[in-house]
Amino acid sequence: MAFSGMPWNRKDLISIEELDVEEIETIFETAEAFKRILGRKTAKTPALRGKTVVQLFFEPSTRTRVAFEMAAKRLSADVLSLDMKTSSTTKGETLRDTVETIRSLQADIIVMRHSAPGSSGYIAQVLDLPILNAGDGAHEHPTQALLDCFTLKEKWGSLKERKIAILGDILYSRVARSNIWAMTKLGAKVTLVGPSTLVPHEFEKMGVKVSHDLKSALEDKEAVMLLRIQHERQNASAFPSLNEYTSMFGLNKTRLSWLREDAIIMHPGPINRGVEIDSELADSDQSVILEQVTNGLAVRMAALYLCSGGKAGAVAASQ
Amino acid sequence: MSEAICIKNGRIIDPKNDRDEVGDLFIVDGKFADRPSDEMASNAVVHDASGLIVCPGLVDLHVHFRVPGQTHKETIFTGTSAAAAGGFTSVICMPNTNPPADSAGTIQYIKDAIEREAVVNVFPTGCITVGMEGKRLAPTGSLSKAGIVAISEGGKCVQDNGLMRRAIQYAHMFGIPVIDHCQDESLNKDGVVNEGFVSTKLGLIGSPREAEDIVVSRNVILSSSTGAHIHMQHISSRTAVEIIRRAKARGANVTAEATPHHIALTDAEVEGFDTNFKMNPPLRSEEDRLALIEGLEDGTIDCIATGHAPHTDYEKEVEFDYAPFGVIGLETALSIALEELYHSEKLSLIRTIALLTNRPSDILKLDKGTLDTNRSADVTIFDPNEEWTPAKDSFLSKSSNSPWIGKPLKGRVKKTFVNGRLVFDEGRILQGD
Repeated sequence: MAFSGMPWNRKDLISIEELDVEEIETIFETAEAFKRILGRKTAKTPALRGKTVVQLFFEPSTRTRVAFEMAAKRLSADVLSLDMKTSSTTKGETLRDTVETIRSLQADIIVMRHSAPGSSGYIAQVLDLPILNAGDGAHEHPTQALLDCFTLKEKWGSLKERKIAILGDILYSRVARSNIWAMTKLGAKVTLVGPSTLVPHEFEKMGVKVSHDLKSALEDKEAVMLLRIQHERQNASAFPSLNEYTSMFGLNKTRLSWLREDAIIMHPGPINRGVEIDSELADSDQSVILEQVTNGLAVRMAALYLCSGGKAGAVAASQ
Repeated sequence: MSEAICIKNGRIIDPKNDRDEVGDLFIVDGKFADRPSDEMASNAVVHDASGLIVCPGLVDLHVHFRVPGQTHKETIFTGTSAAAAGGFTSVICMPNTNPPADSAGTIQYIKDAIEREAVVNVFPTGCITVGMEGKRLAPTGSLSKAGIVAISEGGKCVQDNGLMRRAIQYAHMFGIPVIDHCQDESLNKDGVVNEGFVSTKLGLIGSPREAEDIVVSRNVILSSSTGAHIHMQHISSRTAVEIIRRAKARGANVTAEATPHHIALTDAEVEGFDTNFKMNPPLRSEEDRLALIEGLEDGTIDCIATGHAPHTDYEKEVEFDYAPFGVIGLETALSIALEELYHSEKLSLIRTIALLTNRPSDILKLDKGTLDTNRSADVTIFDPNEEWTPAKDSFLSKSSNSPWIGKPLKGRVKKTFVNGRLVFDEGRILQGD
């Protein structure tokens, strides 16, 4: 595949909604090149040497934060990860003032997670630095969707006409929204399934099907993406209990047989074993859950590299 | 020696008297007058209104002037300056101040500030319950004696139906109407935007129409059983319009208002997470917007009110979830009403003006909003066709949280008179004598 002339003119990665297919493909091709580097003995490139990546996490995270940190280090950047819950925000400082301060400390790239939808985009408008959205409330989590689709693309070659189910708490899920955009843009047929209180029909206007019947929704699907049922949302009483959820919508061996035989099982993590998925299925051959994690590294390297001005295509050429 | 003013050669529109004619309007000693003697007329101060509309000063039943306690957002002076700039000569200020206006003392404090600073007529309202906590009735009788024109819970809504029934029964005894922000809190929990496709797409928590519809229904039922007057603020939902329409057909003593932003904008505006489009109730769908305009056309909705809710930059320039609800509206309301109703050929000019003058005045029996002879001369002169674009620094309000910044508008206020005194002239507030 030719690398020259691939488009990437963004300083930020805020949402999948705003990306076109070419831009998504550019990230994938850059990620592929980085993934090859990761396979080497010295899995490090000097692409971001001398630059400082600051991670601002206003919401707890382990895997996304560690993956971005690892990705930045593989690109030879300096990394500073700040847990903002214990920092000045509790003293009443505005988000804008916080990031302006970080910027004055000579940050070059900001990776940001925040509980409020739109907050990363807001900061991207305020600052002239690259902002990478690592999750803004229930809005978007673009690198997660990119790594999910990258993983599927590795398996299938292309997502065109592939049938995928996303199962679980869709309403409160940024992973679901970013994946809906990414998968539909890449030509997949997406069905959302889960309890009616967590999967409203309004989602149909995003170009997907909505179902509340697990069996019919899983039939013929070539991949199922499970979403974490968020215990912390339980106070909203969207469903009666975790037990009832598992009995109605948890993935188990019987229900797995409703899918196509070679169907792929995905989960963005962290997994609640025994809630949305039976423990043994999470570890089965059909599960790509750990490959998702590895690909997350390559995709985040690509995102950091492209947003900081790296030339698409130059990775493969120079390494 | 009497002082006379002649507003010359304008198109005089007085909806209450069904008057629409080109002519001269005379003011003598601060009151509207029939044509005075030739001698006095020849000595009158003349304001040429050729090609302009001359109408009663506009009346806004719903503003938040933040006095006492939040004068960083607005003061009586800046709020009434914004009113004058928008052609409003009488405004009703809401009691959700700090402390809330739930005692005669606080009302007196507000009246003193009005006395000192106000550029236009300001009528205070008092709280329905003590501290706006929705638990115990505030002293409506004392508040009434102190000079309120209505009771209201500001941006809140009394959730306890039994308490609300007692409140309207009690206020009815004093002839004090109850103004309600209709919203069921259990349905509106944490909502920051209309529940619909936009909220679903953006991952924001939605506030469903039912939150409004249920309380509008409650109010219709309570008003019907007690005979008390309930005025319902900023109706935003199509179903609520239908409920009010049916209630009025049965003679219920309810009235309703719509805001300029709800008749002009939809929740699609929220897609950029711009907090100047965050208000409560939220902007809703196109279907709701059109239903509001129909409601204004057939009289289901009685008037336009701005809900003028000033907030500073630093309060609004935060994450969408954390920004306070509300937008300013006094300085743009006439332009928006003209655009959505008159220029779009939904209503005649005289009926459009009625929604901003005699109709709101009648709701609270303010005795304003007409050009009747011997009334205090509150007059607005505007050009219905002048184009202008509000800028962030162009507002006379202390705040600039407007959804219309940078958007071309049509129709602009030229002069505003209060009690026969020119208080706003081509962009400037004229202070004192």
